[in-house]
Amino acid sequence: MLKNPWKRRHIIESLVRIVMILSFLAVAGSLGLILWTIISRGLPALTWEMVTQTPKGGFYMGKAGGVLNAILGSLYLASGGTLLALLFSLPIALYLQTYLETSAWGRYVRLALDVLWGIPSIVYGAFGFTLMIALGLRASLLAGILVLALVELPIMTRAMDEVVRRMPRDLEQAALALGSTRLEVSLRVVTRQMLPGIVTAVLLAFGRGIGDAASVLFTAGYTDRLPTSLLRPTASLPLAVLFQLSTPYPEVRERGYASALILTIIVLLVSFGSRWISARLNKYTIR
Amino acid sequence: MNSHIQVRNLNVFYGKQQALKEINIEIPRQQITVIMGPSGCGKTTLLKSLNRFLELTDGTQISGQVLVDGQDIYASAVDVTEVRKRVGLLAQRPTPLPMSIYENVSYGMYIHQMRKDKREYKDAVRHYLELAGLWEEVKKRMHDPATSLSIGQQQRLCLARGLAVEPEIILGDEPTSALDPISSQHIEKKLLELKSQYTTVVVTHTLRQAKRLAEHVIFMYLGEVVEAGPAQEVFNHPQQERTRQYLEGLF
Amino acid sequence: MVITLLPLFLISAVTIGLLLRSWPILSAYSLKELLFGSIWKPSQGLFGFWPFIVGTFWVTVVGVGLAVPPCLLVSIYLAEYAHAFTRSIAKPVLDLLAAIPPVVYGVWGLLAIVPFVETFLAPFSKRWLAFLPFMAVNSPTGFSILAGGIVLAVMIAPLVISVVFEIFATVPNDLRFASLAIGATRWETIRRVVLPQVLPGIIAGIVLGASRAFGETIAVLMVVGNVPQVPGSLFDAAYPLPALIANNYGDMMSIPLYDAALLCAALILLGVILIFNIAATLVLKRFMK
Repeated sequence: MLKNPWKRRHIIESLVRIVMILSFLAVAGSLGLILWTIISRGLPALTWEMVTQTPKGGFYMGKAGGVLNAILGSLYLASGGTLLALLFSLPIALYLQTYLETSAWGRYVRLALDVLWGIPSIVYGAFGFTLMIALGLRASLLAGILVLALVELPIMTRAMDEVVRRMPRDLEQAALALGSTRLEVSLRVVTRQMLPGIVTAVLLAFGRGIGDAASVLFTAGYTDRLPTSLLRPTASLPLAVLFQLSTPYPEVRERGYASALILTIIVLLVSFGSRWISARLNKYTIR
Repeated sequence: MNSHIQVRNLNVFYGKQQALKEINIEIPRQQITVIMGPSGCGKTTLLKSLNRFLELTDGTQISGQVLVDGQDIYASAVDVTEVRKRVGLLAQRPTPLPMSIYENVSYGMYIHQMRKDKREYKDAVRHYLELAGLWEEVKKRMHDPATSLSIGQQQRLCLARGLAVEPEIILGDEPTSALDPISSQHIEKKLLELKSQYTTVVVTHTLRQAKRLAEHVIFMYLGEVVEAGPAQEVFNHPQQERTRQYLEGLF
Repeated sequence: MVITLLPLFLISAVTIGLLLRSWPILSAYSLKELLFGSIWKPSQGLFGFWPFIVGTFWVTVVGVGLAVPPCLLVSIYLAEYAHAFTRSIAKPVLDLLAAIPPVVYGVWGLLAIVPFVETFLAPFSKRWLAFLPFMAVNSPTGFSILAGGIVLAVMIAPLVISVVFEIFATVPNDLRFASLAIGATRWETIRRVVLPQVLPGIIAGIVLGASRAFGETIAVLMVVGNVPQVPGSLFDAAYPLPALIANNYGDMMSIPLYDAALLCAALILLGVILIFNIAATLVLKRFMK
């Protein structure tokens, strides 16, 4: 029964294991590589000025200023888009789960959500732009929010659908037995029980929204001023990165790297934040 | 007693929970040993310690020795695939592999490279299907998917699949509990027929089956072996109070 | 009830909207001229999508081709070998990879991958692989299909890995145990018992990854060179469809039919992705039951 490691099948087993671990290290390593590249190139140009000031005259030729306009613009765009998406996705998820759990219509709706989720944001952007032209709108914060909501809706709804699906059936049955109507059940019990999951879904969509460039490219426009009105154009961080990198001036490009770092930090904060929040809130739910 | 398997100071933990406590037993060669006891007493855990199946579950800790012909199967130089080839397992529910009937039986021989050419494989498949009492029923449909068989036939197929890698020991984890009475009888009959060639260890929770099969009995309670010995002695003159209570159907 | 109509409504709205707005060009030119025409000169009324279609195709194929082998191995490793502890490390790694915005991937590509292709892969290929088809090095810079493909491979990795992992998790453990019980090794069990069961799901996962790569815009646009030519080698620059739309949308108003042409490009993207996604999702749903 002693092992002969040089038997063909044992060699193959060891080789497969080694290649798998190497692949895993490659995937994890590329995350490390990305973060290291962004941090090491972005950090030198990241100054206090970058995050507290708007672009001054000649900013794009290397003169003074920062990207506060883009930071604020991105936060506004993503918050607005997330809020709007939440308004629709929560009811859809709850309705899917409480009334359409196994029906054919429920399956179609889920399929449609999966398909929406797969549509690239550039297509949403182009579609949003045609709508704007048809309605006579200009590129603005509002238009950007609308298109981002489109991008985020399927992400958020799918995540919430999953969350609501994992909700313990007994709890719902108990609530129904106590005489609540189905609607009350979904609103109270389900929502409270599912709060951590919902927060995670919202932050997931927010993170996706804030990093998306292709959808806001034509719809939100770009400006060096701080966003003040829903009907005015607004800057956004991904586009700030893109525009700064397309200049020939090294100083401006350096600031582009710094802007990418700022965006990365925001996204990482959102990601870790959602982990932390859901871990904390999870303490109060029944599992 | 000519013992085939000796278990020495075996302790098993699932996480922090102790499933087996200081097990010391001997299992006689080429007889049927039945492990019995109330559910949750660790009989399946003990059975699966004999073919190193416990380590497939995350967080299991095993200490002690299981000696097969004096060789500790938990020793680090031991090849676990060889252990499992020598110690076959008949699972609780029949689990035909997603292949044809023929391939189910030839699979094990093939991965162990036990035959030389197609002809030998074919003859061997027939031999083991006959041994499991399934040949007549399937000889005209060898290339149908194994899942097309009835559940009782599936269990006999699993028996043939296990026998095909030429084990010395057959473990049965309540092998008839998912079957109808007639299929159960088939399996029991086969185990009795095969006992002179194989050392057989069967877990069962029905006393009647234990009495029908057993030549040697191990009675377990709460992770410990309460009593072990030849079947006639344990059934007729149990030494321990707990064994007596169990045999009288008190729990 | 009405609100569940929204997803279906949105799909139809996007499709119909793009169809309506690209109608002028679809009615002015034959589909053959548009899809297979290789000259793109909007100011002269020449709208041939062929270079862009080929560019998109190559970038996607390279990205998927580079991503699939390691991704499959990683998902098999996580599903079949790894301990709970390793999985608990892998989850946040994949989540973070999925969370990094496209533009940051683009910056990484610009700073790390393009120079890597330029100073290492291209000279290497020139020295050793130039006799192979699609491996000739003609362009002096690293902005290339290969750079776009590498960036895409990393971008779609978390998606492919998590989909394939879930598929493996649908295979009942009893099957694995049945194979292990007669002395099969882990890999023999995976190859002969598990893999045949999950193959359609794996293909669906890959198709999903491909459709993600197909529509990716910003990251690709930053590293792929954006030259409207039919590329002949992995080291050539290309101009994928999404980049075409993104780069030109600002200044197309003055040229007749230009905006219709760009929306037609969006429509082509949408059509391909709808087909990919619906097919893949239907296959996956069958597994998840």
